[in-house]
Amino acid sequence: MGRRVRTLFRYLLLGAVAMLMVGPFLWMVSTSMMDQSDIFRYPPRWLPPGFTLKNYRAIMDVLPLGRMFLNSFTIAVSATCGQLVSCALAAYAFARMRFRGRSFLYFALLATMMIPPQVTMIPVFLIMRFLGWIDTLYALIVPAFFGGAFGTFLLRQFFATIPVDLEDAARIDGCGRFRIFWTIVLPLSRPALVTLALFTFMAYWNDLLGPVIYLSSVEKATLTIGLANLQSGAMTTRYDLLMAGSVLSVLPILVLFVAGQRWFVRGIAMTGLRE
Amino acid sequence: MKCAGVFRRVEPYLYLLPTIVGLLLFSAGAVAASFALSFTQWDIVTPPRWIGWDNYVSLVHSDFFWEVVRHTLTFAVLAVPSSVLAALALALLVNAGLRGIAFFRTVYFLPVVSSMIAVALVWSWIFNPRYGLLNTLLHLLFGIQGPAWLDDTTWALPAMVIVTVWKGLGYSMVIFLAGLQNIPADLYHAATLDGAGAWRRFRHITLPLLSPTTFFVLVITLINAFQVFEQTYVLTKGGPANSTVTLSYYVYQNAFQFFQMGRAAAVSYVLFALLFGVTLLQFRLQRRWVYYG
Repeated sequence: MGRRVRTLFRYLLLGAVAMLMVGPFLWMVSTSMMDQSDIFRYPPRWLPPGFTLKNYRAIMDVLPLGRMFLNSFTIAVSATCGQLVSCALAAYAFARMRFRGRSFLYFALLATMMIPPQVTMIPVFLIMRFLGWIDTLYALIVPAFFGGAFGTFLLRQFFATIPVDLEDAARIDGCGRFRIFWTIVLPLSRPALVTLALFTFMAYWNDLLGPVIYLSSVEKATLTIGLANLQSGAMTTRYDLLMAGSVLSVLPILVLFVAGQRWFVRGIAMTGLRE
Repeated sequence: MKCAGVFRRVEPYLYLLPTIVGLLLFSAGAVAASFALSFTQWDIVTPPRWIGWDNYVSLVHSDFFWEVVRHTLTFAVLAVPSSVLAALALALLVNAGLRGIAFFRTVYFLPVVSSMIAVALVWSWIFNPRYGLLNTLLHLLFGIQGPAWLDDTTWALPAMVIVTVWKGLGYSMVIFLAGLQNIPADLYHAATLDGAGAWRRFRHITLPLLSPTTFFVLVITLINAFQVFEQTYVLTKGGPANSTVTLSYYVYQNAFQFFQMGRAAAVSYVLFALLFGVTLLQFRLQRRWVYYG
């Protein structure tokens, strides 16, 4: 087989897979612009007979979309701050300090990745109930301030690659640990911090299990739980509206991804490789 | 300067304070509390009652529970190998210096960043027996009348597998890609000079050197398969006729729909034990096939 034929074949394959991956998104957009009466037609239409944006207006009448956007955003941003602070502190201690129990703690932290959320969700739910945080955003935000295996691991790996010489020089000049951490290590770790921020934001923006358990009222609903409730409620077959809602909920994260995709890819690659 | 000495010794623990509290409260503490709960009967309103092993005994004697275990294992057996193989194939496909390859990598990653709820909603529409995209294509291309997918007790679980594999593919692909790019190019050159064909290079260089990555992907894919929740919640709610209730969903149902906290905790421990066992087995078996250079 000639080289050009092989390359052509490769492109065909790449294109076919791309269609498979993008197809559902295109179908989502197409349906979201169809009139309700055009959805249930046989054979189905690939494109709306007349593009309409009325479903987007209609979904805003059914769901308090602005409120839900704000809730999702508040949770995602606060949780991201919490993870950045708590994981960076822990990762710095693991990367640069010697203390009793260090390897045990690090191992214990990494081992928590193995625990299915189903095992811890009932006791954590009880803690939140005790605190009176059921149906509040706190129940979803506050735990993010208490560290996490993924973030700590990611940042520790990165901190370990920063030459110690820089910090030693600063220490000789009389800098305290925290100032070194704050003024030298953190600024140098921007790439890793951005990666962690993107991942955390995405995880909390997309989370459904948390909102399903904790958020019951409409005023507290996030986009994910709002859409899920819409589907399990009266709108099960209103695909025109459901798809419009889906498009709106996916759009911010896709924009974020396209803008910061190299950070995503780098982060995954970094956690996937062994030391 | 005694003060400074004490501070230096305490300092690391100050940095770790949030992490340690989180570990104690949300991980270790919660795991222990869950274990204790599994020996009680508790409807969350009246005080819990200690009933010993009764929850576990009643699970073992429940036919439905074994059904749920079977669904969980079936899901894993269908989803894990296909995810890993497809991701590896995809990584090999995009690991080439072709023009525009970055575009394809980006496209393959889109499902990963999208929320499961949006993805599952569009797939539930695609799976619509009469008007859905999938059955239309099956009919158009192959002349087959597709099944009712999510409304069919046989096909609902495979349908969930399709969504799961499709959504997670890009993630594993990126991990594989990083692994592939870590293999020194010299090895391939040397093998080519020695007359090794494409298949032999793949079999004797790529596969062994990639095996630590493959192992990592296998472990996380399996963990995710055992924890499947959101797909179930959006696509089927466990139906039709409970045919897609897996262990993780059964925990949720017991806890937050039937309000049987003790029983839910017991199921969660069965899930935990199963996951732990399978992962341990994987670590045992890795010696036979994972190559650490």
